Amino acid sequence: MTTFVNTTLEAIGDIADGATVMVSGFGSAGQPVALIDALIEHGATDLTIVSNNAGNGDEGLARLIQLGRVRRMVCSFPRQSDSWHFDEAYRAGRVELELVPQGNLAERIRAAGAGIGAFYTPTGFGTPLAEGKETREIDGLGHVLEYPIRADVALVKAHRSDGVGNLTYRKTARNFGPIMATAATRTVVEVTDIVDTGLIDPESVVTPCIYVDTVVQVTYPLAGSSDEGAAA
Amino acid sequence: MTALNKEQLAARVAQDIPAGAFVNLGIGLPTLVSDHLDPDSGVTLHTENGLLGMGPAAVGDEIDPDLVNAGKIAVTEMPGASYFNQAESFAMMRGGHIDVCVLGAFEVSVEGDLANWSTGTPDAIPAVGGAMDLAVGARLTWVMMNLFTKSGEPKLVETCTLPLTGVGCVSRIYSDVAVFDVGVKDDAGSPLPPRVLETFGITFDELQDRLGLTLLDHTESGAGS
Repeated sequence: MTTFVNTTLEAIGDIADGATVMVSGFGSAGQPVALIDALIEHGATDLTIVSNNAGNGDEGLARLIQLGRVRRMVCSFPRQSDSWHFDEAYRAGRVELELVPQGNLAERIRAAGAGIGAFYTPTGFGTPLAEGKETREIDGLGHVLEYPIRADVALVKAHRSDGVGNLTYRKTARNFGPIMATAATRTVVEVTDIVDTGLIDPESVVTPCIYVDTVVQVTYPLAGSSDEGAAA
Repeated sequence: MTALNKEQLAARVAQDIPAGAFVNLGIGLPTLVSDHLDPDSGVTLHTENGLLGMGPAAVGDEIDPDLVNAGKIAVTEMPGASYFNQAESFAMMRGGHIDVCVLGAFEVSVEGDLANWSTGTPDAIPAVGGAMDLAVGARLTWVMMNLFTKSGEPKLVETCTLPLTGVGCVSRIYSDVAVFDVGVKDDAGSPLPPRVLETFGITFDELQDRLGLTLLDHTESGAGS
Protein backbone atom coordinates (compact mmCIF):
# COMPACT_ATOMS: atom_id res chain seq x y z
CA MET A 1 0.00 0.00 0.00
CA THR A 2 1.30 3.43 -0.95
CA THR A 3 1.94 6.01 1.76
CA PHE A 4 1.59 9.73 1.08
CA VAL A 5 3.81 12.06 3.10
CA ASN A 6 4.23 15.81 3.34
CA THR A 7 7.98 16.32 3.07
CA THR A 8 10.71 14.87 0.91
CA LEU A 9 12.77 14.06 4.01
CA GLU A 10 9.94 11.90 5.38
CA ALA A 11 9.56 10.38 1.93
CA ILE A 12 13.09 9.06 1.60
CA GLY A 13 12.94 7.68 5.15
CA ASP A 14 15.99 5.86 6.40
CA ILE A 15 18.64 5.07 3.83
CA ALA A 16 21.63 3.19 5.23
CA ASP A 17 25.24 4.12 4.50
CA GLY A 18 26.45 1.84 1.73
CA ALA A 19 22.98 1.44 0.20
CA THR A 20 22.33 1.03 -3.52
CA VAL A 21 20.05 3.79 -4.76
CA MET A 22 18.47 4.01 -8.22
CA VAL A 23 17.90 7.53 -9.50
CA SER A 24 15.57 8.06 -12.47
CA GLY A 25 16.28 10.50 -15.26
CA PHE A 26 18.01 10.99 -18.56
CA GLY A 27 20.18 14.02 -17.95
CA SER A 28 17.90 16.49 -16.20
CA ALA A 29 14.68 15.11 -17.72
CA GLY A 30 13.00 12.99 -15.04
CA GLN A 31 15.71 13.47 -12.42
CA PRO A 32 14.10 13.59 -8.94
CA VAL A 33 16.06 16.61 -7.74
CA ALA A 34 13.82 17.25 -4.72
CA LEU A 35 14.32 13.68 -3.46
CA ILE A 36 18.08 13.87 -4.07
CA ASP A 37 18.17 17.11 -2.06
CA ALA A 38 16.46 15.23 0.76
CA LEU A 39 18.98 12.40 0.46
CA ILE A 40 21.77 14.96 0.77
CA GLU A 41 20.15 16.44 3.87
CA HIS A 42 19.58 12.97 5.30
CA GLY A 43 23.34 12.39 5.14
CA ALA A 44 23.64 8.80 3.87
CA THR A 45 27.06 8.18 2.37
CA ASP A 46 29.19 5.49 0.71
CA LEU A 47 26.31 5.03 -1.74
CA THR A 48 26.14 3.06 -4.98
CA ILE A 49 24.08 5.09 -7.43
CA VAL A 50 22.42 3.50 -10.46
CA SER A 51 21.45 6.17 -12.97
CA ASN A 52 21.90 6.75 -16.70
CA ASN A 53 24.13 9.78 -16.21
CA ALA A 54 26.38 11.05 -13.45
CA GLY A 55 24.90 14.45 -12.78
CA ASN A 56 24.48 17.71 -14.64
CA GLY A 57 25.63 21.13 -13.46
CA ASP A 58 25.66 21.70 -9.71
CA GLU A 59 22.31 20.32 -8.53
CA GLY A 60 20.74 16.94 -7.82
CA LEU A 61 22.97 13.95 -8.53
CA ALA A 62 25.90 16.24 -9.39
CA ARG A 63 25.72 17.78 -5.91
CA LEU A 64 25.50 14.36 -4.23
CA ILE A 65 28.73 13.41 -6.02
CA GLN A 66 30.36 16.77 -5.24
CA LEU A 67 29.68 16.19 -1.54
CA GLY A 68 31.51 12.85 -1.66
CA ARG A 69 28.47 10.71 -0.81
CA VAL A 70 28.85 8.40 -3.80
CA ARG A 71 31.36 5.56 -3.73
CA ARG A 72 30.28 3.84 -6.94
CA MET A 73 28.33 4.86 -10.05
CA VAL A 74 26.58 2.37 -12.31
CA CYS A 75 25.69 4.27 -15.46
CA SER A 76 25.89 4.40 -19.25
CA PHE A 77 26.97 7.95 -19.97
CA PRO A 78 28.78 9.80 -17.17
CA ARG A 79 30.73 12.18 -19.40
CA GLN A 80 28.78 15.26 -20.43
CA SER A 81 29.56 18.90 -21.06
CA ASP A 82 28.31 19.75 -17.56
CA SER A 83 29.41 16.67 -15.56
CA TRP A 84 32.35 18.46 -13.91
CA HIS A 85 31.69 17.12 -10.39
CA PHE A 86 31.74 13.51 -11.57
CA ASP A 87 34.76 14.15 -13.80
CA GLU A 88 36.74 15.57 -10.89
CA ALA A 89 35.74 12.80 -8.44
CA TYR A 90 36.50 10.09 -11.01
CA ARG A 91 39.91 11.50 -11.93
CA ALA A 92 40.78 11.83 -8.23
CA GLY A 93 39.83 8.17 -7.72
CA ARG A 94 37.05 9.06 -5.25
CA VAL A 95 34.31 7.30 -7.23
CA GLU A 96 34.28 3.91 -8.98
CA LEU A 97 32.49 3.49 -12.29
CA GLU A 98 30.69 0.49 -13.76
CA LEU A 99 29.96 1.48 -17.35
CA VAL A 100 26.92 -0.33 -18.81
CA PRO A 101 25.45 0.07 -22.31
CA GLN A 102 22.18 1.97 -21.94
CA GLY A 103 19.94 -0.80 -23.23
CA ASN A 104 21.66 -3.35 -21.00
CA LEU A 105 21.28 -1.01 -18.05
CA ALA A 106 17.56 -0.75 -18.75
CA GLU A 107 17.09 -4.49 -19.31
CA ARG A 108 19.11 -5.43 -16.22
CA ILE A 109 16.90 -3.15 -14.14
CA ARG A 110 13.77 -4.56 -15.81
CA ALA A 111 15.03 -8.11 -15.18
CA ALA A 112 15.46 -7.37 -11.47
CA GLY A 113 11.89 -6.10 -11.23
CA ALA A 114 10.53 -9.02 -13.25
CA GLY A 115 12.29 -11.79 -11.35
CA ILE A 116 14.54 -12.82 -14.24
CA GLY A 117 17.77 -14.47 -13.07
CA ALA A 118 19.92 -13.35 -16.01
CA PHE A 119 19.62 -12.95 -19.78
CA TYR A 120 21.69 -13.21 -22.96
CA THR A 121 21.95 -10.10 -25.15
CA PRO A 122 23.93 -9.37 -28.32
CA THR A 123 24.69 -5.86 -27.08
CA GLY A 124 28.36 -5.41 -26.24
CA PHE A 125 29.49 -8.78 -27.61
CA GLY A 126 33.14 -8.60 -28.72
CA THR A 127 33.68 -5.22 -27.03
CA PRO A 128 35.70 -4.22 -23.94
CA LEU A 129 32.46 -3.94 -21.91
CA ALA A 130 31.88 -7.70 -22.26
CA GLU A 131 35.34 -8.71 -21.09
CA GLY A 132 35.22 -11.44 -18.45
CA LYS A 133 31.52 -12.13 -19.02
CA GLU A 134 30.03 -15.45 -20.11
CA THR A 135 29.15 -15.58 -23.78
CA ARG A 136 27.18 -17.95 -25.98
CA GLU A 137 26.34 -18.20 -29.66
CA ILE A 138 22.59 -18.16 -30.21
CA ASP A 139 21.18 -18.38 -33.77
CA GLY A 140 24.65 -17.68 -35.12
CA LEU A 141 25.04 -14.47 -33.16
CA GLY A 142 27.34 -13.84 -30.19
CA HIS A 143 25.49 -13.04 -26.95
CA VAL A 144 26.67 -11.88 -23.50
CA LEU A 145 25.20 -13.06 -20.19
CA GLU A 146 23.99 -10.12 -18.11
CA TYR A 147 22.68 -10.16 -14.53
CA PRO A 148 19.91 -8.05 -12.96
CA ILE A 149 20.59 -4.80 -11.11
CA ARG A 150 18.60 -4.40 -7.89
CA ALA A 151 18.53 -1.54 -5.43
CA ASP A 152 17.62 -0.89 -1.82
CA VAL A 153 15.78 2.28 -2.78
CA ALA A 154 14.58 3.80 -6.06
CA LEU A 155 14.10 7.57 -6.23
CA VAL A 156 11.73 8.30 -9.10
CA LYS A 157 10.28 11.45 -10.58
CA ALA A 158 6.80 10.97 -12.03
CA HIS A 159 4.29 13.59 -13.10
CA ARG A 160 1.00 12.58 -11.48
CA SER A 161 -0.22 10.17 -8.84
CA ASP A 162 -3.77 9.28 -7.95
CA GLY A 163 -4.86 8.58 -4.37
CA VAL A 164 -3.55 5.02 -4.36
CA GLY A 165 -0.18 5.68 -6.04
CA ASN A 166 -0.85 4.86 -9.69
CA LEU A 167 1.54 6.98 -11.72
CA THR A 168 1.81 8.77 -15.05
CA TYR A 169 4.86 10.53 -16.42
CA ARG A 170 5.53 13.45 -18.76
CA LYS A 171 7.04 12.91 -22.21
CA THR A 172 10.68 11.76 -22.29
CA ALA A 173 10.98 12.37 -18.54
CA ARG A 174 9.46 8.88 -18.22
CA ASN A 175 12.73 7.15 -19.27
CA PHE A 176 13.99 4.96 -16.36
CA GLY A 177 11.18 5.74 -13.87
CA PRO A 178 8.80 2.85 -14.61
CA ILE A 179 11.51 0.16 -14.55
CA MET A 180 13.38 1.51 -11.53
CA ALA A 181 10.08 1.58 -9.62
CA THR A 182 9.92 -2.21 -10.03
CA ALA A 183 13.54 -3.04 -9.13
CA ALA A 184 14.06 -1.68 -5.62
CA THR A 185 13.07 -2.92 -2.18
CA ARG A 186 11.51 0.50 -1.57
CA THR A 187 10.30 2.95 -4.24
CA VAL A 188 9.94 6.62 -3.38
CA VAL A 189 8.28 8.89 -5.91
CA GLU A 190 8.07 12.65 -6.24
CA VAL A 191 5.21 14.05 -8.31
CA THR A 192 4.09 17.57 -9.11
CA ASP A 193 0.44 16.63 -9.20
CA ILE A 194 -1.85 14.41 -7.08
CA VAL A 195 -5.40 13.74 -8.25
CA ASP A 196 -8.32 11.87 -6.75
CA THR A 197 -8.43 8.13 -7.31
CA GLY A 198 -10.40 7.46 -10.47
CA LEU A 199 -9.12 10.54 -12.27
CA ILE A 200 -6.31 8.61 -13.93
CA ASP A 201 -7.94 6.35 -16.52
CA PRO A 202 -6.96 2.75 -15.65
CA GLU A 203 -6.03 2.31 -19.33
CA SER A 204 -3.52 5.15 -18.98
CA VAL A 205 -1.73 4.13 -15.79
CA VAL A 206 1.99 3.75 -16.57
CA THR A 207 3.25 2.52 -13.18
CA PRO A 208 0.61 0.54 -11.25
CA CYS A 209 0.54 1.38 -7.54
CA ILE A 210 1.84 -2.07 -6.52
CA TYR A 211 5.36 -0.82 -7.26
CA VAL A 212 5.07 2.41 -5.30
CA ASP A 213 5.80 2.68 -1.57
CA THR A 214 5.87 6.41 -0.89
CA VAL A 215 4.67 9.50 -2.75
CA VAL A 216 5.45 13.14 -2.02
CA GLN A 217 4.21 16.16 -3.93
CA VAL A 218 6.80 18.79 -4.84
CA THR A 219 6.75 22.11 -6.65
CA TYR A 220 9.33 23.10 -9.24
CA PRO A 221 11.40 25.20 -9.39
CA LEU A 222 12.58 24.12 -5.97
CA ALA A 223 12.63 26.93 -3.44
CA GLY A 224 15.97 26.01 -1.93
CA SER A 225 18.57 23.31 -1.56
CA SER A 226 16.91 21.37 1.29
CA ASP A 227 13.47 19.82 1.49
CA GLU A 228 11.77 23.17 1.00
CA GLY A 229 10.68 21.73 -2.33
CA ALA A 230 7.93 19.86 -0.53
CA ALA A 231 4.72 21.67 -1.31
CA ALA A 232 2.36 20.44 1.36
CA MET B 1 31.85 16.57 -58.87
CA THR B 2 33.59 17.37 -55.59
CA ALA B 3 33.51 15.86 -52.12
CA LEU B 4 30.16 16.27 -50.36
CA ASN B 5 29.74 18.83 -47.60
CA LYS B 6 27.80 17.87 -44.45
CA GLU B 7 24.41 18.92 -45.79
CA GLN B 8 24.95 17.17 -49.12
CA LEU B 9 26.04 14.05 -47.27
CA ALA B 10 22.93 14.22 -45.07
CA ALA B 11 20.78 14.61 -48.18
CA ARG B 12 22.50 11.61 -49.78
CA VAL B 13 21.72 9.42 -46.73
CA ALA B 14 18.13 10.69 -46.59
CA GLN B 15 17.65 9.69 -50.25
CA ASP B 16 18.24 6.01 -49.36
CA ILE B 17 15.91 5.84 -46.35
CA PRO B 18 12.86 3.84 -47.47
CA ALA B 19 9.44 5.46 -47.31
CA GLY B 20 7.60 4.47 -44.14
CA ALA B 21 10.77 3.38 -42.33
CA PHE B 22 11.32 3.64 -38.57
CA VAL B 23 14.72 5.28 -38.16
CA ASN B 24 17.11 6.15 -35.35
CA LEU B 25 19.59 8.93 -36.07
CA GLY B 26 22.68 8.96 -33.83
CA ILE B 27 24.07 11.99 -32.07
CA GLY B 28 26.19 14.41 -34.15
CA LEU B 29 26.39 14.30 -37.94
CA PRO B 30 23.47 11.84 -38.41
CA THR B 31 20.98 14.26 -36.82
CA LEU B 32 21.34 16.42 -39.96
CA VAL B 33 19.62 13.69 -41.99
CA SER B 34 16.23 14.60 -40.53
CA ASP B 35 16.30 18.00 -42.29
CA HIS B 36 16.49 16.25 -45.64
CA LEU B 37 13.70 13.69 -45.24
CA ASP B 38 10.68 14.29 -47.44
CA PRO B 39 7.80 15.09 -45.06
CA ASP B 40 5.54 12.93 -47.24
CA SER B 41 7.83 9.88 -47.00
CA GLY B 42 6.19 8.66 -43.81
CA VAL B 43 9.54 8.14 -42.08
CA THR B 44 9.17 7.97 -38.28
CA LEU B 45 12.10 8.94 -36.05
CA HIS B 46 12.90 7.01 -32.87
CA THR B 47 15.00 8.49 -30.10
CA GLU B 48 16.28 5.91 -27.65
CA ASN B 49 15.49 7.97 -24.57
CA GLY B 50 11.87 7.00 -25.14
CA LEU B 51 10.03 8.64 -28.04
CA LEU B 52 8.76 7.40 -31.39
CA GLY B 53 7.61 10.18 -33.70
CA MET B 54 10.22 12.78 -32.84
CA GLY B 55 9.83 16.15 -34.55
CA PRO B 56 12.34 18.93 -35.25
CA ALA B 57 14.36 20.75 -32.60
CA ALA B 58 12.18 22.90 -30.32
CA VAL B 59 12.43 26.69 -30.53
CA GLY B 60 11.10 29.45 -28.27
CA ASP B 61 7.94 28.49 -26.43
CA GLU B 62 8.15 24.91 -27.70
CA ILE B 63 11.13 24.18 -25.44
CA ASP B 64 10.09 21.74 -22.70
CA PRO B 65 12.74 20.27 -20.36
CA ASP B 66 10.73 17.02 -20.27
CA LEU B 67 11.00 16.60 -24.06
CA VAL B 68 14.55 15.98 -25.23
CA ASN B 69 16.35 13.72 -27.70
CA ALA B 70 19.22 11.31 -27.04
CA GLY B 71 21.65 14.24 -27.21
CA LYS B 72 19.58 15.99 -24.51
CA ILE B 73 18.55 18.67 -27.02
CA ALA B 74 14.99 20.01 -26.70
CA VAL B 75 12.86 18.58 -29.51
CA THR B 76 9.18 18.38 -30.49
CA GLU B 77 6.72 15.52 -30.97
CA MET B 78 4.92 14.75 -34.24
CA PRO B 79 1.22 13.85 -34.46
CA GLY B 80 1.03 10.11 -33.77
CA ALA B 81 4.02 10.15 -31.41
CA SER B 82 4.31 7.78 -28.45
CA TYR B 83 6.37 7.70 -25.26
CA PHE B 84 7.72 4.60 -23.53
CA ASN B 85 10.22 3.59 -20.87
CA GLN B 86 13.89 2.74 -21.46
CA ALA B 87 13.48 -1.03 -21.42
CA GLU B 88 10.78 -0.83 -24.08
CA SER B 89 12.76 1.68 -26.13
CA PHE B 90 15.76 -0.63 -26.30
CA ALA B 91 13.57 -3.70 -26.85
CA MET B 92 12.24 -1.82 -29.88
CA MET B 93 15.83 -1.39 -31.04
CA ARG B 94 17.32 -4.75 -30.04
CA GLY B 95 14.26 -6.63 -31.24
CA GLY B 96 14.87 -5.54 -34.83
CA HIS B 97 11.83 -3.27 -35.08
CA ILE B 98 13.89 -0.23 -36.11
CA ASP B 99 14.57 -0.43 -39.84
CA VAL B 100 17.62 1.81 -40.07
CA CYS B 101 20.05 3.28 -37.59
CA VAL B 102 22.51 5.94 -38.81
CA LEU B 103 25.58 6.40 -36.61
CA GLY B 104 28.79 8.42 -36.61
CA ALA B 105 32.10 6.55 -36.36
CA PHE B 106 35.76 6.90 -35.45
CA GLU B 107 36.64 3.74 -37.40
CA VAL B 108 34.84 1.06 -39.41
CA SER B 109 36.55 -2.13 -40.56
CA VAL B 110 36.12 -3.77 -43.97
CA GLU B 111 34.10 -6.49 -42.23
CA GLY B 112 31.74 -3.97 -40.67
CA ASP B 113 33.16 -3.74 -37.15
CA LEU B 114 32.37 -0.36 -35.62
CA ALA B 115 34.37 1.80 -33.20
CA ASN B 116 32.49 4.96 -32.22
CA TRP B 117 32.32 5.20 -28.42
CA SER B 118 35.87 5.56 -27.13
CA THR B 119 38.97 7.27 -28.49
CA GLY B 120 40.99 4.96 -26.23
CA THR B 121 42.74 7.92 -24.59
CA PRO B 122 43.91 6.69 -21.16
CA ASP B 123 42.69 9.69 -19.13
CA ALA B 124 39.38 10.06 -20.98
CA ILE B 125 36.24 9.47 -18.94
CA PRO B 126 34.50 6.52 -20.60
CA ALA B 127 30.89 6.90 -21.73
CA VAL B 128 28.96 4.54 -23.99
CA GLY B 129 25.28 5.47 -23.74
CA GLY B 130 23.17 3.59 -26.28
CA ALA B 131 25.94 3.21 -28.88
CA MET B 132 26.44 -0.54 -28.44
CA ASP B 133 22.70 -1.28 -28.38
CA LEU B 134 22.07 0.82 -31.48
CA ALA B 135 24.98 -0.73 -33.40
CA VAL B 136 23.67 -4.29 -33.13
CA GLY B 137 19.94 -3.72 -32.76
CA ALA B 138 18.65 -2.13 -35.94
CA ARG B 139 17.91 -4.19 -39.05
CA LEU B 140 20.36 -2.00 -40.97
CA THR B 141 23.20 -0.05 -39.36
CA TRP B 142 24.65 2.67 -41.55
CA VAL B 143 27.61 4.87 -40.76
CA MET B 144 27.83 8.51 -41.82
CA MET B 145 31.27 10.07 -41.53
CA ASN B 146 34.11 11.88 -43.24
CA LEU B 147 36.31 9.16 -44.70
CA PHE B 148 39.54 10.66 -43.37
CA THR B 149 40.47 12.25 -40.04
CA LYS B 150 41.60 15.88 -39.95
CA SER B 151 45.18 14.63 -40.15
CA GLY B 152 44.32 12.51 -43.20
CA GLU B 153 44.17 9.05 -41.61
CA PRO B 154 41.59 6.69 -43.17
CA LYS B 155 38.60 5.78 -41.01
CA LEU B 156 37.72 2.75 -43.14
CA VAL B 157 40.40 0.28 -42.08
CA GLU B 158 41.37 -3.37 -42.36
CA THR B 159 41.01 -3.84 -38.57
CA CYS B 160 39.80 -1.31 -36.00
CA THR B 161 42.46 -0.13 -33.55
CA LEU B 162 40.04 1.66 -31.19
CA PRO B 163 37.76 -0.11 -28.65
CA LEU B 164 34.89 -1.76 -30.54
CA THR B 165 31.24 -0.77 -30.29
CA GLY B 166 29.99 -3.78 -32.22
CA VAL B 167 31.28 -6.65 -34.34
CA GLY B 168 30.30 -6.93 -38.01
CA CYS B 169 27.30 -4.66 -37.49
CA VAL B 170 27.77 -1.97 -40.17
CA SER B 171 26.44 -2.72 -43.64
CA ARG B 172 26.94 0.63 -45.37
CA ILE B 173 29.13 3.72 -45.06
CA TYR B 174 28.10 7.11 -46.42
CA SER B 175 31.15 9.35 -46.54
CA ASP B 176 32.07 12.70 -48.02
CA VAL B 177 33.96 11.02 -50.87
CA ALA B 178 32.29 7.65 -51.40
CA VAL B 179 29.47 5.26 -50.49
CA PHE B 180 30.54 1.73 -49.55
CA ASP B 181 28.96 -1.59 -48.67
CA VAL B 182 31.07 -3.32 -46.01
CA GLY B 183 30.87 -6.71 -44.34
CA VAL B 184 30.00 -8.23 -47.70
CA LYS B 185 30.32 -12.01 -47.98
CA ASP B 186 30.36 -14.37 -50.94
CA ASP B 187 27.93 -17.26 -51.32
CA ALA B 188 30.21 -19.49 -49.25
CA GLY B 189 30.22 -16.94 -46.40
CA SER B 190 33.81 -15.76 -46.96
CA PRO B 191 34.44 -12.02 -46.55
CA LEU B 192 34.70 -9.91 -49.69
CA PRO B 193 36.37 -6.48 -49.97
CA PRO B 194 34.19 -3.39 -49.53
CA ARG B 195 32.12 -2.44 -52.57
CA VAL B 196 32.36 1.15 -53.72
CA LEU B 197 28.89 2.19 -54.90
CA GLU B 198 29.52 5.87 -55.64
CA THR B 199 32.39 8.34 -55.48
CA PHE B 200 32.37 12.12 -55.05
CA GLY B 201 35.33 14.07 -56.43
CA ILE B 202 37.72 11.11 -56.35
CA THR B 203 38.38 8.24 -58.73
CA PHE B 204 38.09 4.60 -57.71
CA ASP B 205 41.85 4.15 -58.11
CA GLU B 206 42.65 7.24 -56.00
CA LEU B 207 40.27 6.00 -53.32
CA GLN B 208 41.89 2.57 -53.23
CA ASP B 209 45.34 4.22 -53.02
CA ARG B 210 44.43 6.61 -50.23
CA LEU B 211 42.77 3.89 -48.16
CA GLY B 212 45.49 1.33 -48.83
CA LEU B 213 42.73 -1.29 -49.16
CA THR B 214 41.52 -3.60 -51.87
CA LEU B 215 38.08 -2.44 -52.97
CA LEU B 216 35.50 -3.64 -55.50
CA ASP B 217 34.32 -1.09 -58.05
CA HIS B 218 30.52 -1.13 -58.16
CA THR B 219 30.16 2.48 -59.33
CA GLU B 220 28.15 3.13 -62.48
CA SER B 221 31.35 3.45 -64.49
CA GLY B 222 32.97 0.52 -62.73
CA ALA B 223 33.21 -2.99 -64.05
CA GLY B 224 31.53 -4.42 -60.97
CA SER B 225 34.67 -6.47 -60.47
